[in-house]
Amino acid sequence: MIPEQARFSTFSRLLHWLMAVMVVAMLFLGIGMAASVSIRYRVLISIHRPLGIAILILVVIRFVNRLVNPPPPLPATMSSLERLGARGSHVLLYILMALLPLVGWGMLSAARYPIVVFGALQLPPILPYNLALYSALRQLHTVLAFLLFATFIAHFGAALFHALVRRDGVFESMAPGLRRALTRTVPPPRN
Amino acid sequence: MFQAGELPVVGRFSLAGGMPFQVDKPAAVRALALQFLPPGAQEWRTGTLNIPVFAVNSARGFYDQLLATAPDPKTGKPDPAKMTAFLAAHPETAKALSIIAKRTLSSGFFDSTFNGLNAFRFVNAAGASVPVRWSFLPLTSLPAEAMPQSTPADENYLFDALIAQLNQHPLQWRLMITLGEPGDPTNDATIPWPDGRPQIDAGTVTIDRVASEDGSNCTGINFDPLVLPNGIEPSDDPLLSARSAVYARSFTLRAGQVREKPPSAVNPRAVQRSADP
Repeated sequence: MIPEQARFSTFSRLLHWLMAVMVVAMLFLGIGMAASVSIRYRVLISIHRPLGIAILILVVIRFVNRLVNPPPPLPATMSSLERLGARGSHVLLYILMALLPLVGWGMLSAARYPIVVFGALQLPPILPYNLALYSALRQLHTVLAFLLFATFIAHFGAALFHALVRRDGVFESMAPGLRRALTRTVPPPRN
Repeated sequence: MFQAGELPVVGRFSLAGGMPFQVDKPAAVRALALQFLPPGAQEWRTGTLNIPVFAVNSARGFYDQLLATAPDPKTGKPDPAKMTAFLAAHPETAKALSIIAKRTLSSGFFDSTFNGLNAFRFVNAAGASVPVRWSFLPLTSLPAEAMPQSTPADENYLFDALIAQLNQHPLQWRLMITLGEPGDPTNDATIPWPDGRPQIDAGTVTIDRVASEDGSNCTGINFDPLVLPNGIEPSDDPLLSARSAVYARSFTLRAGQVREKPPSAVNPRAVQRSADP
């Protein structure tokens, strides 16, 4: 049984899983959008923008929440290299989740596109009009999206590794409440 | 958008197609793209052409047309057999081309009718919508002595005449909104709507200043047909999404080459020279 204090707070877990769904959806939306000339393009782009802004807002809330509700300590069985990898990949995830929407917003600003979120809700430009800047940011948006995809895969792989191989409670610390019953089958962390 | 009053508009006159240095010819398809900027409201961008219908009705049709009209590397000219096969596979294009061929050619940009071609929907606050197409009808008629002096023999005669006219007086077009009726195709830009559909005079576009594309503020606008204000929504026309997606890609490519772009044939000096008495 995983001790209760070793888990993330309920709010932290809620934010994590909500954003997990949103970010993964966003990655596929973005790829689908860039590859389509059909009516799907219009539908996907109309979801892409409000979803991106929602992720930007949530990542700020999540960062504040992380300061208020610090994550549980990693198990002592993890080596210092593994800890470094865990910390680095999480920092990278936070940076990318904040940076991708900002670069998207910025590139639309630099190209003088109206930044319509939905309906009449429109955002102000955050960068001056500059086509070369737009071009650079547009490319950066793609590069960062692939980097986020790679980081997500690493994160997902590490989660599975903790859950299935290490069985050290790290996966369960972020697992939704429903998973609590399953944690009984997981041996307690070896320390 | 359509409330009484004046609002700023930026436009771009161009010739259709992807050839930056093509020579002005009477039958070259002329384009007018407009960006309406109502203060405190949402922007409207629209691209229009001086043809009555579009030549294709789908992204696939456009792609096939590009392949069929691509010059043969041996002869330097499109292969007629490919064009025949393309028209056989796309009867809608064959019909549209015959409608386009019958159009009356006006003398220049100033007296051209520019059509939006794709259908959209006007939606009111209650959510009721009506299919529409729009056109810009020329209001300027010039006395004989003010008619363009340059002739089709000049490489840039359409643009030279436009610049000369705009340096003398504003040019105007009337925005006419055609209301579709049930059964009028909204998803096929190759088919004209029947004559006699009700039309609404929605305002006048006045162009009173002209600039070369080099350094002007129209160059860096992507005239994306899905940049629409509240109250105008896309129809089920597949070309709208296709245009939006493709324009975004080509706009990005052009934006990455702004420093490499060769100067325009219609350069600021030509515009200025024409303004001097």
